[in-house]
Formats: sequence, structure tokens, C-alpha cells
Amino acid sequence: MPYNYIVGFDGTDQSRRAVDYAAAQAEKSGAELHLVFVIEWSPYSFHTAAELAERKGRRVQELKRAEEIVLPLAEELKARGVVSHAVARHGNAVEVLCSLAKEKETAQIIIGRTGDTALTQRLLGGLAISLAQASPVPLTIVP
Amino acid sequence: MLRSLAGAICSLFFMTSIAHAEGSIDQAISDIVAPIVNPIVSTVFYSVPIFGTDFPLIVGWLVLAATIFTIYFGFVQFRGFKHSIELVRGDYLDPKDAGEVTPFQALATALSGTVGLGNIAGVGVAVYIGGPGATFWMILAGLLGMASKFTECILGVRYRNEYADGTVSGGPMYYLSKGLSEDGRARLGKFLAIFFSICCIGGALGGGNMFQANQSYAQISGIFPFFEGRGWLFGLIMAALVGVVIIGGIKSIARVTEKVVPAMAVIYVGAALIIILINFTAIPDAISAIFTGAFAPTAVAGGIVGALIQGFKRAAFSNEAGIGSASIAHSAVQTKHPVTEGYVALLEPFIDTVVICTMTSLVIIITGSWVPGDGVTGIALTSKAFEANFAGFGYVLAFAAVLFAFSTMISWSYYGLKAWTYMFGEGKSKEVTFKLIFCVFVVIGASMSLGPVIDFSDAMIFAMGIANIIGLYLLMPKVKALLKDYHEKLSSGEIRKVKELAAAE
Repeated sequence: MPYNYIVGFDGTDQSRRAVDYAAAQAEKSGAELHLVFVIEWSPYSFHTAAELAERKGRRVQELKRAEEIVLPLAEELKARGVVSHAVARHGNAVEVLCSLAKEKETAQIIIGRTGDTALTQRLLGGLAISLAQASPVPLTIVP
Repeated sequence: MLRSLAGAICSLFFMTSIAHAEGSIDQAISDIVAPIVNPIVSTVFYSVPIFGTDFPLIVGWLVLAATIFTIYFGFVQFRGFKHSIELVRGDYLDPKDAGEVTPFQALATALSGTVGLGNIAGVGVAVYIGGPGATFWMILAGLLGMASKFTECILGVRYRNEYADGTVSGGPMYYLSKGLSEDGRARLGKFLAIFFSICCIGGALGGGNMFQANQSYAQISGIFPFFEGRGWLFGLIMAALVGVVIIGGIKSIARVTEKVVPAMAVIYVGAALIIILINFTAIPDAISAIFTGAFAPTAVAGGIVGALIQGFKRAAFSNEAGIGSASIAHSAVQTKHPVTEGYVALLEPFIDTVVICTMTSLVIIITGSWVPGDGVTGIALTSKAFEANFAGFGYVLAFAAVLFAFSTMISWSYYGLKAWTYMFGEGKSKEVTFKLIFCVFVVIGASMSLGPVIDFSDAMIFAMGIANIIGLYLLMPKVKALLKDYHEKLSSGEIRKVKELAAAE
């Protein structure tokens, strides 16, 4: 069973630093990288009827856009010899990263520290503290 | 698109300014619309005298259907209540479906279309005319209506259209035409679907639009005297806001409403609860007033039947069970079995009528605000009741009313649009045409007096129920088969809670 690094990635420089750090570690340890793009989504949010009707199509588009960001990076790392998987999922970033960590028997979560935009704040800024409290596996925060 | 909206508003301005020159604009608009509306109203509300009171057959039609569905599905609204809560809570949500429409979201959206002025103003009217006893009949109709909602929302999901681009369309027009054609009743199905669509457009423009605009205007003009006698101006502002969201596709306004509307609902219910708790000593009297009022009313025109009609009418108008509207909103849900959405949908009349309407009514009764024949009715009566304990709550209520009205209008614009595109086909220009018509009716609704607006709204919304319920009767064996299949899958473990699934793996 290989060791797994679950790395939050949203295309920002901060998250890229986390990926670089994880890749460098993986090169030494032979661990597998899971590059995770979380699309913020709540099952309890409130939308108009018109939005609900388009939801299924939107979801596919969102996943496609997220994969377009994560897939090239995974390919790039693979070329460097690091086994990398691209993951795009809807949900709350903390919950998604923790549930992925639970799926693997041995894992650690690696994230960048701060983000600039509101989105990255939600994904990675507040995320660090929340993950520190909730993560079922060791957590590395890359400054 | 925004340009065409601006054009429409300008031409309305022009029309209204001409009318202004000849007298009151509001009067002019009322005069044009009333002769068209009145015959429709008297046809839909064909009444028969029962014990000296006119009983509109359509109200009996809806409650009878709700009773039949309740019995046919073995009191599913009571036996399945716990299961409904589990489904809404997300106990059966597959994590792989993250990002899809959840049962909670479908329920919340459908509720935003029904929780509105009916719960505030409608209950005020019911208690004013029907007395406290109307509450009893309203709750009864609400409980029975849960079975109607159950039936129509299962069919909505079962016969929805899923298109290649990922959009979903569902609702009575689809289950009436597709479901009945399976049984070799294609022509009847098509006829009912078109009949439903015509009424749905009318309902969208009436109860989903004019009534909302009218009552919001009543609220705003009470606070800002500037608007008094200028319903058309308020209507134009409201129409512009609605137009910006539904035609302009400006998400920011919709976003704000999405945040504020649920908050207002919580404030409203919270305030009602506080008033009920402060006056807890008056609760036994209020309950006894409700029961005596239901069976032996005094000071109510028409006695028992008068109270019953008011209660039934308001419940039906508020929760729309059997009308078919909610089925359009519920159809977008992601589910592995249509029956789950039936269970989710049955909570709607419960929350709308049994909880929220009853609270409004209790506040009115407990605070002693109901004075037969004093002319304080509708939202004014509800406002008076809340003000009795919270001075200044009238302002909060006015704000809430306008917001509820706004979100109801947005929902109904979609229901109307779906009926419109069902009849005339999909396409940008056809959609914009309907949306423009919708905006024009906002102005008309704000300009007319309450009586004709409420009659027209009720008439069109109830007329939707004529076609829908005929279809539900014919299709209910199919629902029963689906229900049987679902329960077999539940007991065999094919459909399981996520937690149980995870534990099994």
C-alpha cells in the first residue's frame, strides 16, 4: 500500500507551493499524489427553480473546468516520475479532503497557507485552521 | 435583452402617462382588466348552496382529491413522515452525487414559491371572514394536502424530460401527456396538459404575480404615503427588479433574496412563537375558539360551511397541493427513485400550512385582533396582531411581505415559463416574450384593488387543479406501483442509508 499525499489545489500560487513541496517529498518517499480541486457546494443551499433545472448541466461544466486545471498538473508531475491523480469534487473543502484521507489507509494532507481571492480564502485560508481541527491524518501546511 | 426590457417599461410609462391625463391610472387599469377577469372567476368558482351558504365546487374538488389520495396511499403523510425527514436531512444522499440538486434544495425552492403572502395576508383574510374556526379546517386541509403533493411530485420526477445539455423539465404538463399516452389516452393527456398549461400561465400571472404585487404595494403604501394612489409607480419599480432577475439574468439580486428570504422566514416564525409563548395563558382559549369556531361558529357568515370554505380555500391557495405547481420545482432533484421526492414534497404543505399558517392564525386569535366586521382584514389584520406585542413589527412584516412576494414571483415566473414553453416550444425569443408579459402584469397587479386580484388569482390557480387532479386520478395506480417497488427496494437493502452503505463496505 503506497503512502498517499492528499494535496489541495485550486490553481493559485499558494496551492502550487503546496503541490511543489508534496512532489519533492514524494520523489524521495515514493508516495502517490492526489491533487484535489474542491468546488464549493452545500447540499443545504437555496436556489431559484431555474437554477435547479440547469444544475445537472452546470455540475458537469464545473467538474470539467476543475479537471482542466488539475489534469495538466498531474500530467506534469507524472512526467517527473511522481505518481499523480487528479481529483475534482463538489462539497466543503474540509469534508472532501478528510473523506479522501479516510479512504486511504495511509495518508497525509498537504495544503498551502493563505489565499488571495475570496474563493481561495474559503478553500485554503480558513481551511488550514479547520483542517487542523478535523483532519483524521497528519496535516502539513506549506507557507 | 435588457434593452427590450427597458423598451417595454418605457412603453408602459407612456401608456400609463396617457391614462394619467384622463384620471386615475389605477382606476383605468382596473377598468380594462375587470371585464376580462370577472367571467373567468365566476366560471371557476361555480358554487352550489349548502345549508344556505354558497360552496364553491372547486374547493371541494381539491379537498376530496386530497382525502382520496390519503386513503389510497394508506395515510402515507403520517406513516412516512419520519422517512421524509431522513430524506431531507440527506441520510440517503450518495456522496458521488455531490453537486447535484439535493432533496433539501428542491424542497426549499418549492417552499419559496408557496411560503409567501398566503401565509401572512391569506390567513388574515381567512380568519377575518371565516373566524377562528377557519384555522381548524385549514390545518385539516393542509394535512390531507400532503398526500396530493406526494402523488404529484412522484409523477413529476417519473415523467420529467432530461435534455442533452443537462437541463431538466418536469411537471404536470409532462406527466399528463406522457403518463396518459402510456395507457392509450394520448389525446386526453395532451388536452389536459394544454388545459393545465393555460391555467398555469394564468396562475403565474395571477396568484404568482398580481396578488403578490398588489399586497406588497398595500404594505409599502402604508409605510410610504408617497406611493398612495401610485400603485402603477410601485408596480414599475417591482417589475424592473423582477425583470432584471428573470430577463437580465442578473444573479446578484437573486443571491441577496436567497440569503434574506430564509432569514425573514425564521424571523417571522420566531416572532410568532414568541408572541404565542408570551401569551401562553391565552392558548387554551384560542384552541377552544378554533374548535368551537370550526363546528359551532358565531358571527361568521355561513356558519360551519363559511368557516370551512375559508379554511379550505386558504390552505389550498397557500400550499397549492393538488394544483401541480410544486411538481415543476421538485422535478429537478437528483434521485435514484421517483418516490423519494414524493416523501420530500409531502413536508411542504406541513411546513407551509400546518406550521406557518397556523402560527399566523394563532397570533391573530391569541392577541384578540380579530374583530368581526371591523374591516381589518388580510395583511392589515396580521400586522395588527403582531404589533400588539412588538411595536414596530409592522415594518418588519412589510419588509418580509415584499421579500416573500418577490421570491414567490421569481418562482412563479419559472412555473409560468415552463407552461409557456410547453405550449409554444423552447427558444430565447419565446421565453423573453413571456417574461415581458410577466413584468407587465406586475404593474397591473399593483394598480388594481384587492378584491378582483384575489378572485382572479384564486380562480386561475384552482383551475390548474382541475386538469391536474383528473390526471392524478388516472395515474395514481402507477404511483402505487412505484411505491411498492420503492418499499421492496428499501426492505431488500437495495436502497440504503449512506451510513449503512459505508458500514457494509
